[in-house]
Order: sequence, then structure tokens, then C-alpha cells
Amino acid sequence: MTLFYALLALGSLALIFGLILGFAAVRFRVQGSPIVEQIDTILPQTQCGQCGYPGCRPYAEAIANGDEINKCPPGGEATVKKLADLMGVEAKPLAGGEQAEPVKTVAYIREDECIGCTKCIQACPVDAIVGATRQMHTVLIDECTGCDLCVEPCPVDCIDMLPVETTKQTWKWQLDAIPVTQID
Amino acid sequence: MEKLIQQIKQGKVWPFPGGIHPPGQKGLSNASPITRLPLPDKLVVPLKQHIGANGQLIVEKGQTVLKGQALTKPVANWSVPVHAPTSGVITDICQMPSAHPSALPELSIIIAPDGQDKWCELTPHIAFADLAHDELIDIIHNSGISGMGGAGFPTYIKADSRKPIEFLIVNAVECEPYITADDVLMREHADKIVTGIKIMQQLLSPTLTIIGIEDNKPEAIEAMQQAAKHDDTIIVQTVPTVYPSGGEKQLIQLLTDKEVPSAGIPADIGVLVHNVGTLYAIEQAVLEGKPLIERVVTVTGNTIHNAGNVWALLGTEIKHLLDCQGFSPVPQQRVVMGGPMMGFTLPTVRIGVIKTTNCILAPDHDELAEPGPEQACIRCSACADACPASLLPQQLQWFAKSKEYDKLKEYNLFDCIECGACAYVCPSEIPLVQYYRVAKVEIKEQQAEKIKAERAKERFELRKERLEREQEARQNRHKRKPAAKSADEKQKVADALARVKSSDEKSDNKSAVAAAIARAKAKKNSGELEPDNSEVAKERAARKEQARAYKAQKEAGSSTNETADDKKSAVAAAIARAKAKKAAKADEESVTEQVPVDDKKPAVAAAIARAKAKKAAKADEEPVTEQPPVDDKKAAVAAAIARAKAKKAAKADEEPVTEQPPADDKKAAVAAAIARAKAKKAAKADEELPTEQPPVDDKKAAVAAAIARAKAKKAAKADKVEELNEVSVVSEPEQPQESALHSDEDKKKAAVAAAIARAKAKKAAKADVTKSADEVTVSSELEQAKESAPLSAEDKKKAAVAKAIARAKAKKNQQEGSDKS
Amino acid sequence: MKLTMASSPHNHSHKSLNTLMLTVIAACIPGFIAQVIFFGTGVVIQLVLALITVSVAEATIMKMRKRPTFQTLKDGSAWLTGVLLALSIPPLAPWWIIVIGCLFSIVIVKQLYGGLGFNLFNPAMAAYVLLLISFPVQMTAWLPVSDLLGNSIDFSQQLGVIFTDFTATGFSVDQLRVGIDGMTMATPLDTVKTDIAHGLTASESMQSPLFNEWVGKGWGWVNLGFLIGGLYLIKSKVINWHIPVSLIVTLAVCSGIGYIASPGTEAGIVFHLFSGATMFAAFFIATDPVSAATTNKGRLIYGAIIGLLIYLIRTFGGFPDAVAFAVILLNMAVPLIDYYTQPRTYGHGVKK
Repeated sequence: MTLFYALLALGSLALIFGLILGFAAVRFRVQGSPIVEQIDTILPQTQCGQCGYPGCRPYAEAIANGDEINKCPPGGEATVKKLADLMGVEAKPLAGGEQAEPVKTVAYIREDECIGCTKCIQACPVDAIVGATRQMHTVLIDECTGCDLCVEPCPVDCIDMLPVETTKQTWKWQLDAIPVTQID
Repeated sequence: MEKLIQQIKQGKVWPFPGGIHPPGQKGLSNASPITRLPLPDKLVVPLKQHIGANGQLIVEKGQTVLKGQALTKPVANWSVPVHAPTSGVITDICQMPSAHPSALPELSIIIAPDGQDKWCELTPHIAFADLAHDELIDIIHNSGISGMGGAGFPTYIKADSRKPIEFLIVNAVECEPYITADDVLMREHADKIVTGIKIMQQLLSPTLTIIGIEDNKPEAIEAMQQAAKHDDTIIVQTVPTVYPSGGEKQLIQLLTDKEVPSAGIPADIGVLVHNVGTLYAIEQAVLEGKPLIERVVTVTGNTIHNAGNVWALLGTEIKHLLDCQGFSPVPQQRVVMGGPMMGFTLPTVRIGVIKTTNCILAPDHDELAEPGPEQACIRCSACADACPASLLPQQLQWFAKSKEYDKLKEYNLFDCIECGACAYVCPSEIPLVQYYRVAKVEIKEQQAEKIKAERAKERFELRKERLEREQEARQNRHKRKPAAKSADEKQKVADALARVKSSDEKSDNKSAVAAAIARAKAKKNSGELEPDNSEVAKERAARKEQARAYKAQKEAGSSTNETADDKKSAVAAAIARAKAKKAAKADEESVTEQVPVDDKKPAVAAAIARAKAKKAAKADEEPVTEQPPVDDKKAAVAAAIARAKAKKAAKADEEPVTEQPPADDKKAAVAAAIARAKAKKAAKADEELPTEQPPVDDKKAAVAAAIARAKAKKAAKADKVEELNEVSVVSEPEQPQESALHSDEDKKKAAVAAAIARAKAKKAAKADVTKSADEVTVSSELEQAKESAPLSAEDKKKAAVAKAIARAKAKKNQQEGSDKS
Repeated sequence: MKLTMASSPHNHSHKSLNTLMLTVIAACIPGFIAQVIFFGTGVVIQLVLALITVSVAEATIMKMRKRPTFQTLKDGSAWLTGVLLALSIPPLAPWWIIVIGCLFSIVIVKQLYGGLGFNLFNPAMAAYVLLLISFPVQMTAWLPVSDLLGNSIDFSQQLGVIFTDFTATGFSVDQLRVGIDGMTMATPLDTVKTDIAHGLTASESMQSPLFNEWVGKGWGWVNLGFLIGGLYLIKSKVINWHIPVSLIVTLAVCSGIGYIASPGTEAGIVFHLFSGATMFAAFFIATDPVSAATTNKGRLIYGAIIGLLIYLIRTFGGFPDAVAFAVILLNMAVPLIDYYTQPRTYGHGVKK
């Protein structure tokens, strides 16, 4: 008889909690952003394709499906670290033997050499190059993600990737590396 | 409120938390009256000496200016003009090291004084009470006055505050050790400062004006009390000597028991703080009409024989100040602009005095010892006890070291005023402030990047959408048209359509990405799941190395960008580039590229105009056909176009050369192209560089040059001058020229021949594996994949030719269509 | 002329880590002297042993970690740990007790956690806890004050006990602890605890020759010595007043309440404040900056809970004294305390 009561009690308890849990699962469903979204927000959105995928989103999907997290050179070490945190895996050095800290660059078109072929315009994933057929092109520096994709298509090699200039706002207090030549 | 004013009038002050008592050292410099320096032989006036945008330059090199004449005029928000400190000639307008911790170059006007010190015409307003609010604001604005205490906030903005001001606080605290500029200014010109206060009162009508002075300046307190005694809205309040009581927020708390909300401004709580120096400058501007061209600077420190205060013209080099006061440097001399707590060391004494320069401190090593090595933090929290903002510097330091930016924000890093009290008391001599400053910059950068990434993502998505839309629209258009055409034509159009489609697809992400996908697919088929980006990465790494080298080179200051105003230098640049490329390829040394940047403004402007037009056009999916006026860059463009066309032709793209825009003076551009081409070729063939260009005057030459260049590029890709390759390249350029004019048959033959030749060459190139990894670029691979197809069968050849023709036609149609619409 | 670049501020208070540590060591002197007077010169021997051990341990580890050896040693933090440990163990404990303690505190508690500033626990107290639970017999073998000793012993005999377990005349520590009346003597705290457990009242227990009127003979003076040293530390701004004051006040309040509630089994405020390691803990142990709370509010809480724990463990726990346990327990709570006691930053929480 005791056994019966025990079973009954446990059984009903299990039932009650089961119902509560089930209700909670339905009632308080978390519309949490799927993992792909989260990965996508971590990626730098240069859309450069250096990971081997056509853009950041596809790479985010690939990571969600188990691809390596160290294929994003523009994001650098910091992105790898964040991805490692999110995915719960070990952070790895960047693939391809890149140096840890990416140099930020922007594309620069030497305009007197530009022939107006629009090839770079087509290549630019973020529409940061403006110009028209047989007209010179120019890069909107504020929009350029430094992805490199326009360099190769250029038939006359007139696009350079220049490092972003340091301004007083972005200068990081490297007191030991101030490039001033002493006059006296 | 009444009670508060009552308390203030009774002399009550509300101490702020923390604070330190560093040795004052003010006696070094406050004993003697302010002296006037002899005119320097050179003045360096930076365009920007305050927070905000710099004004627009209104003088030019070689111009003679009078003392007080405006050199810039305010344009954008927060821009403040600068004025000529003395009469003389502008010898140069160039980038000079700035009076900023980074010493990053800043556009500066260099004036050689003529010794006459002749004023321009001044318009004094003795009866300032009659002036309207806006007139006064304009005077302050046009006199170039910005905060002279430290940050350099434009005064006219503060004076024009739209918020009701209860307390006008005059910051005469001068809590930094060593500095006595405000002290002596008050002793000598108390009445003028009070007049300045009255002008501010007229502008802001505050309930009460409080002058806060530290109790270590009895003479100044006396002088100010004397000058303000007939006015009971002005109170001189003595505050205890604690660093940093002169900080704006600390002073407000000290005098009114109010706190400025985080990320807010004092005006939010009805308080406005002005420095005494600023008020003096306002008085000078209004009553005497003199713009801000000089200020009191304390020159002090144990290495200065005549430590004291001087009237220094803005732009006077620090060297002049030091020399005039007798300076005997010690080894490892530091020269600090500002005080010992918040000032910054100068990398050179060839920097000019600016509006915020209140002190030049040249200490020896006994008075201000050099910082010892950083030791471990023992969490003693002496820093927290000293922090006037009640932060936890010790915690911030750990987070800053481990780059935990979220934590830093949570612990209110941005409320740090960088006063240095924490680092002053730290027993482990940790440079805390330095850590915070770096972290602040990095956080700001990260935020900016995040915003940029968001925008990039958005643009990427929009672009994708647009491409899809365009493709759809094009498909629809082509579906409607071909009804009446013959079967043959239909076929052609269909081919063209196919081509368009494929090129569309390609254009979606183009070369690298497409290639990557292709590769990825290939790999997938062969069993490997993930795309291999090692090749791209390698390429990228090389490019970055280049960028890094460039940066390093720039930082070393070894090379400045050559101004390439004439075409000759463009040629030189091209040659240099070619040489550099060769060098890079030969032994992977860093490439030094010279970028002609200057003198292209019209071109850029045109490009932007065009861009705008294009954008507008794109909205309706119409290509732009109009040509904005392009002055004499036309030549260059034309040449370049010719080059590209030739290249295309060389690639057997069979696009008929339609028309050449009028080219009057192409010599130079053509020459440049030739030079580059030759250089490239030479680089490959390891030959000497030809340095002379034959004069070429007609279009043919331009085309020829371009062809040469194309050849060179191809050669570069193939990396080996092979017999086969050579043949193919040579055969290519001739055909298009003929084919553009002659019968279908010829065209076909030529094209086919060219295609075969090229394919062979490419094959050969590919077979040459040794160096090709670097050379054969992604796009060429792609092209190869696409183009090797016609080689296989006869009919495919035909198809290719047909396709090309169709494409040309389609393009024409399209253009016509768009022209019409 | 080449100018040197430096980050602001360009001035410094010239208060170094080294002076800080040495000041704390110097402040131990009054208490140390009292210990020597009442418990014999064994303390000096322990001190020397401790200093040698910590120096060697610290230097070796620094060498192994390839860090500047001398500079680290010079900061004095290791010496301070050694001094604190030497002052907390029984003066006649065998030599290997102090050596093991010092090695543990420097190598395991301090350096394995990353060296100075990174240790979670107070090194001296962690070592003390280790010794106490590993070698309870040796660690509780406190001699009664010297004038109560049945067999008075001189310096050489103490040396003998420490290094050979026996004096030259053949006495062991246990034999030495026998008082004049032939009873083995314990510390006052121990005595009271045992007696209360045996049904005696506290005041009956304090009739024992170990006690003066209120506190244990000698122990009161030792505590007074540390109190003086501690006040000096507060005055010279090496430590803040928060932790000692809140600790002492809490302990006083708790023992006061206890005394009122149950006068029979409670020894009273003065007994608690001047017995065992109360003052030593309040001024020298709990104030160890590395392992203590870092905000002022947090320090008050930290000191108060240590005071409470000391009282609770002394009264209800199994060990006679409780400083080490209380401090170690609170060390673990420090991050939590710090997190919830952040001061209000300027400009936050004010109306716009």
C-alpha cells in the first residue's frame, strides 16, 4: 500500500511539473535570435569573401553548420575570440598565416589612370565606388570596407589599398612612436 | 534655491570626493610681472586650435597680412577663425606638427613677421551695453575666442546658450601645479576680467556669478575682490587648494553642490563655466576690437633660468619661448605643454603656442622624477580614494588591460576626466591614465566600426536586392522585343541574353567571391567540405604587408607624397610603381608606392557629380549617358579608355571599337601608359627600364601603347615569356582593329584565332606552376575556366563569335533603349 | 636635442610599494616586542626562518617565471607575508612548520595564482589554515606566558625545541607547557572554550592563573601592541580605517549581546577584543589590500562579517580562534562585495 501511495505521489508530481514545464515552454517561448543572426552580428560585414563564402551572412551560416571560426581576416583576432565565446569552442589563430591585427585599409583609385570600365563598381559588395561607363570612378571612403575585391578586376591596376590615416581622434597614444623629425 | 544662494554668499563650499595635494611649485613663476617677448622670426599658426571644425582659409601663400587680420573664416558648425598674430608675409601654408599629444600634422599658416607689428583696422565697442545679443556673439565668434583653460571649446557657443543659466562660474582656480598664468593675469588685469564677466552677464543674465580662486593665490583674490566689490552679483569664493578643483565638473560641485549629469553639459543644470583668460580675451575683443592673437603663457621648471609669465603671440614656437627665458636642457629633457598633471610632452620644440597653451614646463629630473617601472597592482585602492569622480580606477585598470570594453563602460570609464590623481598616488606606479586613454579610443573606434558594419551590411543587402530587381527587369524587356526578328537574330539575342545573365550572376559578387565559390564547390565535390581560402588569404597577406610597409614608411616620415601636378611626374610615378612591383615580385620586399594625390580636385568633383547622377539614374535603372565637363583630364581619360579598349580587344572580347572621344593633348597620358607598360614588361623580362618615350600624337599610338600595356599585364600573369604566349599576344591586338572595320568572316577567323592562341597561352601559363600561385589571379582563373570552352569544338567557336556579336548588338540596343527612355 | 616623451601625469607621490610594505612590517614591531617579552625569543627564531624561506621561495619562483628577481623581492610583499605568518604560529613550533607555511603561502597561494596582486586569498592566512588542519597538535601548542612556566627556558633551549623538538635538557614542548601547578596550559581562548564545554561558567574559567582580571596574561599586551601598530598604519594612511573599525565594532557588539544574553557562558567584550589574534587580524590580516574588499562600503561589510564570523566560530565552532577561517571565507566573497558596493560615480543618478 505504501508503495502504491509513493508511486501515486511521485507520478502525480511528475505529471504536475510536466504540465507546468509544458505550459511554460509554450507560454514563455523565447524568440531568441538564431545562432546565425548572432554570428552575423559579430562578423565585420566587409562582405569581402575572404572566408571563401560570398559575404558575411553565408559565412555565418557556415559557422553555424560547423565551419572553422578563424577564416575572417578583416575581423582579426578579436572576432575570432568573440566567435569562440559564442560557439563555445577554442579560439584559434587566423587561417592563412595572417598577422593578428588587421591593418584597416580603404581602396583608393588613381583617377587619372582610371578608364571607367565599371568593373570595380560591379565588384564592390557595398556600392562604395561611384562612377559610370567611361567616366572616372571614385571610392566613397566612408563606405569602403577595405575588402580588396575591387583590386583584382581593375584592368589597368589603378586601385590601391591604402591604410586608413590616423587622425587625432583615432590616435592611440603611442607616445613612443611619434613620427616627428628633430630639427635641432 | 534661495537657501543655496544664501549658503554660497556666506562662503560655503562643498568639497568633492578624492583629490590630491601635489607640491604647488607656483612660487617659481608668479613673483614677476608678465613680460613681453621679442618678435620671433617665424610664426606657425595652425588652422585648428580648438574643439570643432577649422575655418576656411581666406589667405594665400605670399600674401602680406596685417596684425589681427583674419586668416580663416568660420564655415561649418563650431568653427572658429584664426588671426595673424603680427604683420608680415605668409611664407607657406603647409602641414606642421600640431600642439597635440600625437603631434600629428595640422594645416598651418607660416608667417614671417615684417617687424612693424602693424595692426589692421580695429572696431572697438566701448559701450557694449548697447550692443544686441547677436552682435556680441558675432564679435566673440569672429575674434576667434575659444576656451583658454584647457579644452578649447568655442566660446561663442557657450555664450549663446539657449538654456537658462543660473550660475556663471569663473574658473580662476588654476589647480595644476606650476601654472600661474591666470594668477598673474588676475593680479594685473582684474578690472578687465570683471568687464569680461559683465559682458557674459549681459549675454546670459545669470542669477549669480561666482569667481572660484584657490586659497594659495591671496594677491589674485584681493585684486578680484577689489575689482568686483561694487557689484553684488559677483562673488569671489575662496576654495581650498586640492587638485583637481579646477576641473569644470569638480568646480561646479565645489561651488554650487550640483553635479553635471553623466554625458551632459553644465548648461543642463543651469551652470556655465568660463576661464579668466577667456573673459579677458572677450573684453579685449569687445572693448578694443582686438581678436585673440596672444595669451599669457607660464614658462617654468628648474631648467628655465627666468621662470615667469610671458605674453606670447599665438604661433610663437616653443623654442623661442624657452630661448628667451634662458633654457639649459638636461639629458632626456621633457618639455611639457600644460601642467605636470594633465599636460603632454612635446616631441619637438618647433611647435607653436595655440589658444589653449597655458604653460610650458621644462622640468629637470629632481623636481619631476621620471616614472619608474610599472609594478603589480596590489588593489590598495589608493586610486579610488583619490578619484574626484568616485570611479574605481583599479578595477578599470584590470579591465583595460584585458580589453574588456563592456566592463569598462559598465564601470563608467567615460566619466573619467583624466586628471591623473590616480596615477599620482599609485604605489605601483601604474600609468593608469594612459590605459584609460587608450581604452577610450579603442572603445570609440569599436563603436564607429560597429556602426560602419551595420551600414555595410545594409548596403550589401540593398545591393543584392537591386541586382535581382535589375535582372528581372532586363529579362522582361528582352522578352517583349524579339518577336519581329528573324530566327537567326533571335538566336543571337538569346545568346546575348545568356551572356548578360551569366555576367549578371558574375557581377553579383564577382571575381574573388565567385572564384571562391567555384573552388568551394569543386572542393565539396572532391570530398572536402569547407572552402579553402588559403590562396586568397596569402594574396591578401601580401597586400597587407604592402599596406603595412607603406604605413611604416609614412610613420618613419621618410617620404612625403610627391605633388604630381604635371604629367611627367605621373609618368615617373608609374615607372616607380612598375619598378616597385618588380622588386616586390623578385624578392618580396615591401613595396613603396607613390600616390599622386594632389591637384585632382576637379576630377574628384566631376566623379562625384557623375556618381550622383548615376545614383539617380540607377534608381530608375537607367545608365547615365551625359558627360559632365571634364576640363583637361579628358585627354587622360581618353587615353585610358583607349588602353582599356585595346586590352579588351587583346583579350578577344570582340567588342567593336565604336568611337574615340576628342583627344587634343594625349601625349603625356599615352606616354605614361607606355612607360608603365614598358616598365612592367621590363620587370618581367628582367631588362633595363626604358626611360624615354617617343612622342606619339595620334590615337593609334594611344591604342598601341595600351596594347603594349595589356601585353605586359598578361605576360605578368603568365609569368614566363613563352613562345606560344608571345605569338598569341602579338596576334591579338591586330585583329580587333581590322575586325572593327571588315567583314564578318575576317572577324570570326581573327577572333577564333585569338581565342585559341590565348587559351593556349593560358594553358602554358598554368603549366608553369613554379611561380604561378602568386601571379595567376583569381579572375584569370575564372576567365580561363570560362574561355577554355570554345577551344574544344568547331561549332563552339562559331557560337562564341556569334555570341560576341549578339552581345555587342544587345548592348547597343540597350543603350538606345535607355537613351530613349 | 632629443626630447623624452611620457604619459601624464608627470609627477608622482613618491609613495612606493616598497615603503608601503616596510611600513606595515615596521608597525608589527610593538606587537612583536610584546610577544618576545611574554612568549620568549622563539618568535625571533621563527621570524628569521620565515624571512629566509620566503626570500628563497620568491626568488626561485621569479627566476623560473623569468621575471626580475631582485626588483620583485624588493617590493617587500613576500617579507610581509613571512612576518605575518611568523607572528601567528606558536613560538615553539618545530622549524618545518614555518618553512612549510612560508613555502605554501608564497609558492601556492601567491605565485601560482599569478604573483602579487593576483592572489585570491591572504597568503599568510591560507598557509595558517593549511598548517592548522594539517598539524593541529603543533599549531595549538602555545606556551603560557613565561612567568607561568613550570620550567623556564632560555634562548638556546628554545632553539633546541624548534629544531630538534627537545630542549638540551630533554623536555618536549608538551612537557614545557606544563604550568607551575602541573597542569598543561592552553591559550586563554582554548581554556575558556574547554571549560565551558565542561560545564564551568566563563567567570569560573577565568579564575585560572592564565588570566588577569579580564584577559589572558600577556595576550592582552600583545593585542595592545598590535593595536598601537595598527593605529600608526591608519595615521600614516597605509590602511583605511574601515576594515579594522567595522571588524572591532562588530566583534564588540556581538560579544556584548552574547554577554547580556548568556553571562554564564560568555567571557565579555574585553576578553574577545584582547584575546587571540583579534587586533592582529583587524589591523594586519584583514587589511591585506590584495585579498580584501576595495570599495569603502565594501570594506565596512567585509570587516563586519569577519568580526561576526570570529565571534561565531570562537563561541560555537570547533576551533578556539577563528581569524584565519573568517578571513579566508571573506576573501572568497570579495568579488561579490566589490560588485555590489560600487560607489556612485560623479554625475550618475542625478536628475538632468
